[in-house]
Amino acid sequence: MKLTLQVWRQERPESKGRLISYGVNDVSPDMSFLEMLDVLNIELVKKNEVPIAFDHDCREGICGSCGMMINGRAHGPGRGIATCQLHMRHFKDGDTIVIEPWRARAFPVLKDLMVDRTAMDRVMMAGGYVSTKTGGMVDGNTLLIPKPIADEAFDAAACIGCGACVASCPNSSLMLFVAAKVSQLALLPQGQHERKERVESMLAVMDENQFGSCTNTYACEAECPKEISVTHIARLNREFIRAKITA
Amino acid sequence: MVLESNIPEGPIEKKWTNHKFTSKLVNPSNRRKYTVAVVGTGLAGASAAASLAELGYNVLAFSYHESPRRAHSIAAQGGINAGKNYANDGDSVYRLFYDTLKGGDYRAREGNVYRLAEVSGSIIDQCVAQGVPFARDYAGYLDNRSFGGAQVSRTFYARGQTGQQLLLGAYSALARQMETGGVKFFARREMLDVVLVDGKARGIVARNMLNGKVESYAADAVILATGGYANAFFLSTNAKASNATAIWRAHKKGALFANPCFTQIHPTCIPVSGEHQSKLTLMSESLRNDGRIWVPKIKDDKRLPQDIPENERDYYLERQYPSFGNLVPRDVASRRAKEMCDKGFGVGPSKMAVYLDFAEAIKRVGKEIVKERYGNLFDMYKQITAEDPYLQPMRIYPAVHYTMGGLWVDYNLMSTIPGLFVGGEANFSDHGANRLGASALMQGLADGYFILPYTVGNYLAGTKFETVKTDHAAFKDAENDVDATIMKLMNVNGTKTVDEFHREYGKVMWEFVGMGRNKAGLEKALTLLPKIREAFWKDVKLTGEANDINTELEKAQRVADFLELGELMARDALHREESCGGHFREEHQTDEGEAMRNDEKFAYVAAWEFKGIGTEPAMHKEHLVFDYVKPSQRSYK
Ligand SMILES: Cc1cc2nc3c(=O)[nH]c(=O)nc-3n(C[C@H](O)[C@H](O)[C@H](O)COP(=O)(O)OP(=O)(O)OC[C@H]3O[C@@H](n4cnc5c(N)ncnc54)[C@H](O)[C@@H]3O)c2cc1C
Ligand code: SF4
Ligand code: FES
Repeated sequence: MKLTLQVWRQERPESKGRLISYGVNDVSPDMSFLEMLDVLNIELVKKNEVPIAFDHDCREGICGSCGMMINGRAHGPGRGIATCQLHMRHFKDGDTIVIEPWRARAFPVLKDLMVDRTAMDRVMMAGGYVSTKTGGMVDGNTLLIPKPIADEAFDAAACIGCGACVASCPNSSLMLFVAAKVSQLALLPQGQHERKERVESMLAVMDENQFGSCTNTYACEAECPKEISVTHIARLNREFIRAKITA
Repeated sequence: MVLESNIPEGPIEKKWTNHKFTSKLVNPSNRRKYTVAVVGTGLAGASAAASLAELGYNVLAFSYHESPRRAHSIAAQGGINAGKNYANDGDSVYRLFYDTLKGGDYRAREGNVYRLAEVSGSIIDQCVAQGVPFARDYAGYLDNRSFGGAQVSRTFYARGQTGQQLLLGAYSALARQMETGGVKFFARREMLDVVLVDGKARGIVARNMLNGKVESYAADAVILATGGYANAFFLSTNAKASNATAIWRAHKKGALFANPCFTQIHPTCIPVSGEHQSKLTLMSESLRNDGRIWVPKIKDDKRLPQDIPENERDYYLERQYPSFGNLVPRDVASRRAKEMCDKGFGVGPSKMAVYLDFAEAIKRVGKEIVKERYGNLFDMYKQITAEDPYLQPMRIYPAVHYTMGGLWVDYNLMSTIPGLFVGGEANFSDHGANRLGASALMQGLADGYFILPYTVGNYLAGTKFETVKTDHAAFKDAENDVDATIMKLMNVNGTKTVDEFHREYGKVMWEFVGMGRNKAGLEKALTLLPKIREAFWKDVKLTGEANDINTELEKAQRVADFLELGELMARDALHREESCGGHFREEHQTDEGEAMRNDEKFAYVAAWEFKGIGTEPAMHKEHLVFDYVKPSQRSYK
């Protein structure tokens, strides 16, 4: 396959970026999208140019490092996959592909396709945990969690922290990510004692970090690589109301 | 140099308790006066950093990732072992100890392995308390599955994403400490040297990957939890950035490197599809609970797998190992797959694959249950190969997966450099010559939650410290060295990219230092590998600036270190004239093709001392003593 790529190039956070066009030849349908970029990067280096910077690591859809807008869609075409799981067989000879970084006020561009997502860590630090300490725990089987509840908690916990929900949301809201964590811990007995503080504090820090608010467009669910359901947002809303009325 | 393992006295089940009791303690109010630098925030590092901060120490944590949650540990699929005997099938701490020692082909220390089994149960309790959503049954009890090398069900799991859930648990504990200020986390920092003052580890030098600044951090003790070095082979199941730089640079500063040749080849990975291949994808060992491995009985069979009748299939593992069947340990399963393909029975376009078939399981328990157990793995397989494993068998082939070797540590997990501790896959401690499935997660968390917090405290309490700040000459020297290496790399301005060198090196490693090794091949590797290393320093090409985000420069530093480490791996493999676990020397096998150990000559840990690039390293031996388990030929028949 022969393709034309229009890639966002931006040298530094403060510099102005622009789309640059590159032709790539001999793309095999078995290649992953990132492998196609690897091949292009090797060519660029050989031509004395600076390779395209992008975050990636596991290349199997679990570390949450990769993430690009591909033809305007977070993680590109295909449901339930991260950018690294996208294969070139989804494209055809002669296609033009536009590749851009996540765009959100809370995710400043660092270079090219690489953005700063540390704001998500700050939200986690505000309460995305059970306040345990190491050691002295009771036997795991003294806490019974029936399978349906364990499964539902797992579905929420599957979030990989990629930020596609923010990138695809017209308001750049982090709601799906926050809801996934709040929901996981609200479902489990371990999370009960800190329910109120958790939801309030995580939402407050989300606002402080310039994420927008949720207006229920559900764009996040459509692009989430782990298909985290918006029902978790509904649970978050219930948690929030519950926190307010028990204040 | 005498290698003192510092295994405590007393019966094996009392050693750890006694050691904890006789260890020195730091008074709670004094703890914040001590600074511990933790490099790496995967399972081992995140759990250690959080636990030490909870105790009150001042912790600095470093990672080249943007967030601790991105560490390679996140990718572990299958599960984590613990000797809880929840399944009432005869498991115990002793059996887990025995299985691990045997699985490692008797090349690990009894004392360490027993301790690992002993603390395994607490790990599960700890993770449950954090809210890790382990699989449960309908009544709410924790569920277990089986893994290779064991005849009991002791593996706890969270669908096919156990590593993710455990790491998110450790990360949440770390996030809590980051919030309270107990841990200062430095993201996108790559450690490039450890700094020694008066022979003790007193800090690190790291490159800020956002602006290229080389920064120094002083500490009273340093923990390396920087993962394994399987990417020395270029193609492996490890994350792309996983590398040996931290441990290799510590090795060059005096830390001995133990058993570098002990690498694990995982039997069930998706086969290579072409030259563009950037990494390999594992299909979890848990699949062997329900999947059956086979090849056609006739060579070069052109039929579709579903058209080959039962009696024309060779379920070779079930045939050769009736009692363990498809659940033989990884080294055995890998070698058998290679043997079948080498003999011409391989399948798929490259003929370098065997089938892993779920048809029978789907018939037995139904598609829904199979989907529930392995759904995400099946999806992953389908995305990569465009084939549907519910309808036709997977094609799988072995791939490099894990490194049992690593920096030598004593019972306290301290390296030969005082104050430099090593945890997780980065050390060599517990798995001998072969790691059992689901035991790496167990070891990483055992080190981080339950061992390092005690042994680091013991060291701090028992050591006199001079005040050392980053303006000390030792830091300046290390910074200058690091800067010089970076500038040297930037200035080569040759013609080949880092990836091209890495790929070429990896091919030599895979061919001669991979699954089957022999004297002639290893000697050949020892002539080829240095040539690639020399060519790299003459002809590598980097673009961009050193004082900016520069992904090529990051790779170049890591590859430069692999190019030195590979030689040590080959040398270690050449010296070890026996087969054990993942180390298979073709000259040393039984008539049936099983690994043949030589306990008389090789029941030791080979710990190598760095003597200069291209200079032969010195080997030091730590003899292994077996008081409880008598080494025998491993049999999984
Ligand atoms: C695909 C796959 C599946 C697996 N499945 C299982 C399983 O089911 N069960 C099991 O028990 N084991 C499994 N393993 C093995 C297991 O996941 C690893 O051995 C284990 O997670 C390693 O943990 P760690 O904490 O030692 O290192 P890692 O998780 O690799 O973490 C390394 C950390 O060090 C940092 N780092 C490294 N070098 C530097 C440096 N120079 N400067 C700064 N930071 C640095 C990284 O940023 C990272 O934070 C699997 C492995 C793979 C590849
Ligand atoms: S909720 Fe989905 S899209 Fe958002 S960070 Fe998590 S995995 Fe990514
Ligand atoms: S590279 Fe890890 S999720 Fe894509």
